[in-house]
Amino acid sequence: MSRFKKKKGTGTPAMSTASLPDIVFMLLFFFMVTTVMRETTLIVDNKLPKASEVKKIEDKSLCSYIYVGAPVSAMKLKFGVEPRIQLNDSFKLASDIQEFVAAKREATAEEKKPQLITCIKADVDAKMGLITDIKQELRKAQAFKINYATYASTD
Amino acid sequence: MSRRTLPEINAGSMADIAFLLLIFFLVTTTMDVDTGLVRKLPAMPEEEEIIDDSQIKARNIYVVLVNAKDQLLVEEELMDISQLREGAKLFLDNWGKNPDLSDSPLKAIVSLQNDRGTSYEMYIKVQNELSAAYRELRDREAQRKFGTYYAELEGENKKEIRKMYPSKISEAEPKKVGAN
Repeated sequence: MSRFKKKKGTGTPAMSTASLPDIVFMLLFFFMVTTVMRETTLIVDNKLPKASEVKKIEDKSLCSYIYVGAPVSAMKLKFGVEPRIQLNDSFKLASDIQEFVAAKREATAEEKKPQLITCIKADVDAKMGLITDIKQELRKAQAFKINYATYASTD
Repeated sequence: MSRRTLPEINAGSMADIAFLLLIFFLVTTTMDVDTGLVRKLPAMPEEEEIIDDSQIKARNIYVVLVNAKDQLLVEEELMDISQLREGAKLFLDNWGKNPDLSDSPLKAIVSLQNDRGTSYEMYIKVQNELSAAYRELRDREAQRKFGTYYAELEGENKKEIRKMYPSKISEAEPKKVGAN
């Protein structure tokens, strides 16, 4: 009887939270390491397609990004709903691509120039007409290496 | 000198500080996509250059057309995207057996033509299926010869397999047809 009473009185001991900071720090370091601050703010909707035969870009600093998609909802009034091209931080026309590629080439060290790659980040709803225009401009600018950004999916 | 023991700093708020930082990084982080399909564009054709494709026998060209409604026309037959991979593999791996399909993978060319109204999603799907066809053939060869996957091969071995099944996906010069 006495034994029974004793048990009741003790209750569960408080859980030690001493290791909580360690756990949080671990998470923190993970996010600090994996985080990449985006240089450009997206002003187009950018839902990328999925593909299984993907390759990883080795050096992101050699990548110039061309975003394609319909303007985000805040921009719709001003720029309409048709998919457009975004270079750096603003809407541009396909004819501006040559200049854009040339600027990137200018800013790259001589020995790395052949490895320059253009990443086309186009929305799934974009039409091929616009993409074809971009491709034609890239050919004119002699930037032949391109990468269609896609999510990797296992089939 | 009397050495007084310093009182211990209360580390109870450490977790709070760490949480604050953690939440900041959680919010700002964008898992950037760095995967994609790598392609090489052909050089611009010269003005006076006439593209002469009559040299290539028709049987060696696998014509893939995608229209503005995202429908596939492969070798003049309507096809579903799910069949494209097998179709392309059959074509590439024919070795002259079927007179309608290619002579050999070396001579075979996949010709892809899309409309201006084709959706980007469909285009990527088609590109993906065609690369998958090449990859599967290369994988099979790599398994047979070296007992491993093509992607895991290096140097000469990889080149050898690539030479057997060179990826020749040609995109037609853009034409303005159909709805935009």
